[in-house]
Amino acid sequence: MSTTTDKSGGAKSEPGTMGKILKSKRLVFGTVLTLLIVAFALLGPLVAPYGENEIVGAPFSSDGPLGTDYLGQDVLSRLLYGGQMILLISVLGTIVGMVVGIAIGVVAAYAGGWWDEVIMRLNDVTLAFPQILLALVVLTAVNEPKWWMIVLLIGISHAPRVARLARGVAMGIVSRDFVIAAEALGEKRSRVILAEVLPNMNAPLLAEAGLRLTYSIGLVGGLGFLGFATDPNAADWGQMINENRLAMATQAWAVLAPVLIIGLFTIGTNMMADGVAQMNARGDD
Amino acid sequence: MTDIAEASVAMPDPTEVVAPPKGRSGASAWAVWLLRRLGLAVLTLWLVSVLVFVATAALGDPIRAILGKEYAASPDRVAQLEEQLNLNDPLITRYFDWLTGFLSGDLGTSIANQLPVAGQISSTITNSLVLVLLAAVVMIPVAFGIAMISANYRRRRPDTVIQTILLALAGLPEFVIGILLVAFFSTTVFNWLPAVTLVAPGGQPWDEPKSMILPVATLVLAVAPYVSRIVRSTLLEVLDSDYVELARLKGIPETVVMRKHALLNAVVPGIQVIALQLAWLAGGVVVVEFLFAYPGIGKQLVDAVRNHDVPVVQALSMLIAAVYVLVNLVADLISILLTPRARTAISS
Repeated sequence: MSTTTDKSGGAKSEPGTMGKILKSKRLVFGTVLTLLIVAFALLGPLVAPYGENEIVGAPFSSDGPLGTDYLGQDVLSRLLYGGQMILLISVLGTIVGMVVGIAIGVVAAYAGGWWDEVIMRLNDVTLAFPQILLALVVLTAVNEPKWWMIVLLIGISHAPRVARLARGVAMGIVSRDFVIAAEALGEKRSRVILAEVLPNMNAPLLAEAGLRLTYSIGLVGGLGFLGFATDPNAADWGQMINENRLAMATQAWAVLAPVLIIGLFTIGTNMMADGVAQMNARGDD
Repeated sequence: MTDIAEASVAMPDPTEVVAPPKGRSGASAWAVWLLRRLGLAVLTLWLVSVLVFVATAALGDPIRAILGKEYAASPDRVAQLEEQLNLNDPLITRYFDWLTGFLSGDLGTSIANQLPVAGQISSTITNSLVLVLLAAVVMIPVAFGIAMISANYRRRRPDTVIQTILLALAGLPEFVIGILLVAFFSTTVFNWLPAVTLVAPGGQPWDEPKSMILPVATLVLAVAPYVSRIVRSTLLEVLDSDYVELARLKGIPETVVMRKHALLNAVVPGIQVIALQLAWLAGGVVVVEFLFAYPGIGKQLVDAVRNHDVPVVQALSMLIAAVYVLVNLVADLISILLTPRARTAISS
């Protein structure tokens, strides 16, 4: 947290980028925490003592390290199995949201004028929807949501928010000399965007991606918690909370374990995003 | 936790959308500004209505969703529901029927219990409004207070600790915060507060004030970190400015500098974040009300989505979007009124 003001962005900081990364405690802590949880989710099924749907004892008993859940399944094993889906959906949803949002924002900034106005007005319409509401509205008319539906819904709900940021960042770039020079050389519009504008937007968009990932995890977990999960039998952190919620007084771990792991995951990704943002704008802690 | 990025990323500048009117007197310029903003709000809501209608009525198959496994077995039930939802009409006709009904106050009939939607919603709206307002009343002084303490210790240990805690809280989804509070205060550790809101028939949720504590606390903890962080960074910016330096050099005590010079200048960005957060609360109550079984629009929405009760979902989502648009409009108005620079930009 130095007090020097260097707003020139990450591009200039070539010497010692690695050293800078290691010096940012938030970034290191966030990245380590995130990687630990990702490893837990990915490797979990390999080390789980019991199967995903294996009954090991009476419901809500204290057999095993974290006890059993509402059907008598081992909570620790469910926890080890339950991370893959939430991880997959959050990451894919974030990617969809970032790609669509950046495309909208950059096109709006680059086209300018009337196009910009119309695109951003339509964007405001989707912003009037709280993110979870968009997902719920669409799920009304669907009987059992497929996993790709949740990915799309999360991506679409992120896109207008990403677009707003991407437009702001791109606005500062499209009027710079090297873009005008590329246009003067007769480059195609698509090439100007891909080769000149986008590569200069990396740093702020990386921080945004981290933030979006944090919200994706919250959204996927939240939908599971509300009871809208893709497969009612599968282990899923969000859904586990919903399944075992009513027995919280007797078997707290069945609820607290998935809650804590989702919480740690979001803390990790959020710290990571903030660390990146901090490196972009030094001194502005 | 959602919806908040834009607060930290780019504060929407209310003056940006103002086309500076030329050659008009102050009052008429204000009227033009207000009319333009109202027009945009109406346009937004109209597009939202298209979006809501398409999402609920055209994307999936509501009848198949309502009946589930019964769908194939009971063709007469299918026909009856098609009749009730007017599914035999073309989509455009249905949309305009729905919209005209909506505008004349007829929100349709719930599929789940065959009662008019308007009557069911009116009581839950009050409950949700009370919850959100209570949360706002608690959240605003807490957020500003924390920001001032933090800015006072700028970049020293207490500031760093506060900022790290706020950052960690900011990432947490509201259901995580809520469940941890329940575990701590009403089940696992202590047994002080009720974990769910129980309402006697004909009663109000706030008849039992203790049961309001945890829902309000969850909303406050979910929202305050963002407001606090933005206010702190504005405060720091102001404290670094030349006129604050001058005030200090004149010998004005630091507490007065903080109160008179710094805080007043941090109010406008503060209002913008608070507006965004209040608008976010309109959606955030969904999860919190479900968690605490609080009888508001959020819980009603989750139930309606689960029952595939299309008319109720349509009405509630339009309502939430309208609140969002309205709160943003009011916030822009207030922050222009409080910013002399923007005020003159409009009325000159």
